[in-house]
Amino acid sequence: MSQFILSLITAIFIGGVAGYLGSLMLTKRMALVGGPLGHLALPGAALALLYSFNIFWGALGTIVIGAIIIWLLEIKTKLPMETLTGLVFAAGVALSFLILPVSQAEEALIGDISKIGLTDTILAVILGTIVFLIIKKIYSKMILSGISEDLAKAEGVNVKKYNLIYLASIALIVALEVKIVGGLLTVAMLVIPASASNNFGKTLSHYSFGALTIGIISAIFGILLFKLVGFPAGPLIILSETLLFLISLFFKRKS
Amino acid sequence: MNNNFILKVKNLNVELDNEKVIENLSFEVKKREIFTILGPNGAGKTTLFRTLLGLIPYQGEISWEKSHGYPQGPKIGYLPERLSRSKFKELPISVREFFKFKESPDEKISEMLKSVGLENSKILEKGPGVLSSGQFQRMLIGWALIGNPQVLLFDEPMAGIDIGGEETIYSLLHKFWKERNLTILLITHDLNIVYKYSTNVLCLNKKAICSGPPREILTPENLESLYGTEIKFYKHTHT
Repeated sequence: MSQFILSLITAIFIGGVAGYLGSLMLTKRMALVGGPLGHLALPGAALALLYSFNIFWGALGTIVIGAIIIWLLEIKTKLPMETLTGLVFAAGVALSFLILPVSQAEEALIGDISKIGLTDTILAVILGTIVFLIIKKIYSKMILSGISEDLAKAEGVNVKKYNLIYLASIALIVALEVKIVGGLLTVAMLVIPASASNNFGKTLSHYSFGALTIGIISAIFGILLFKLVGFPAGPLIILSETLLFLISLFFKRKS
Repeated sequence: MNNNFILKVKNLNVELDNEKVIENLSFEVKKREIFTILGPNGAGKTTLFRTLLGLIPYQGEISWEKSHGYPQGPKIGYLPERLSRSKFKELPISVREFFKFKESPDEKISEMLKSVGLENSKILEKGPGVLSSGQFQRMLIGWALIGNPQVLLFDEPMAGIDIGGEETIYSLLHKFWKERNLTILLITHDLNIVYKYSTNVLCLNKKAICSGPPREILTPENLESLYGTEIKFYKHTHT
């Protein structure tokens, strides 16, 4: 299979699932929990490039460690999520710039799809599908706990367990994203499709399906543009998502 | 347990962040009561509800009646405090989808909405955030009632509703209470409502300050020791 087809398939799966997963970030609390994980990918990607192993594993490693730290800090300190976010983000960026070789900075920051191989594509398809199915299963419970944690708990939802699944899913998807959009733009790939879809959709099912679709369309669009004009694919995908977001503003539901 | 009681609480102690929030609290709730918990802000009312629901750890005894068919205790419908419309405005969600969290079939949902006075067929597709505050409150009551709970725990359900709307909502709740064999535990600040509907009152300020039927215990002296200031409340002698 040609490299172009491989990167297209990879981008479609990751873009779509990232959009779908990101649609859970709409409530303030969930966004604050998920957001910082994206920034933790950068030091991992830098480490992987430095010691030349797959940046997926590098990013996943630092995200998982970071996620555990955030989770423990939240339980332990009960500090506002904003404070913990700031702390973790700053530490992540500082660490990256400490260890990142300048010559490889671009790949770590905005990704490089020409490095995508068959293994990466298989990983993206399998993990993407698994995460999609898991999130689909817990979607409504996550939304309910986003509306009111007590309400969800009273309905028998194990909020802690689902939060952990949610965080693990974000960790996996963000680590996959690094290959395509780099360590700097991962959060955008989660958040922008959902923001655009929020303007189109009136119901949860339209909205979540919309975010998935916008993620996929932008991935295809970005990769095709890359083929045509030669600019890096990662930023092109994010810009396609941004364009769809701008278009969605004309459809904004009134509430 | 005596069949007449649905809930017995004995020597309940709850600590949050190393601070005693509830101290040595004991009370009983009979079946079919409208049991009001009255107290100033920070008195532990919401904590008490959350404890009764098993959401936070405690010391002491909480026993819900375990009846035939309900070995885990009665089915509880719960409305937490501050469940505001603005929460729902953040989300693209329809009334139908909100009810689907409880996994109810469509007919049951429509039936329930009808019995809380939301008959408009389009309401299922609307967002809870765009309903009027009265409609929103009716919808929440319907949500709490779906699935036929035996006990309702309502934590200041009428915060933010104007006086006229509040009266309508309470009479609606009263109607369900009469029809459905419900036991209602209610947190409210509205003494008129307590006086009108409650069968029993627990005055709570970390510990029980007073308890009994509203007519007997809603005295100026009791209210002053509960709230720490003089509360003027005029009993309505007509009923």
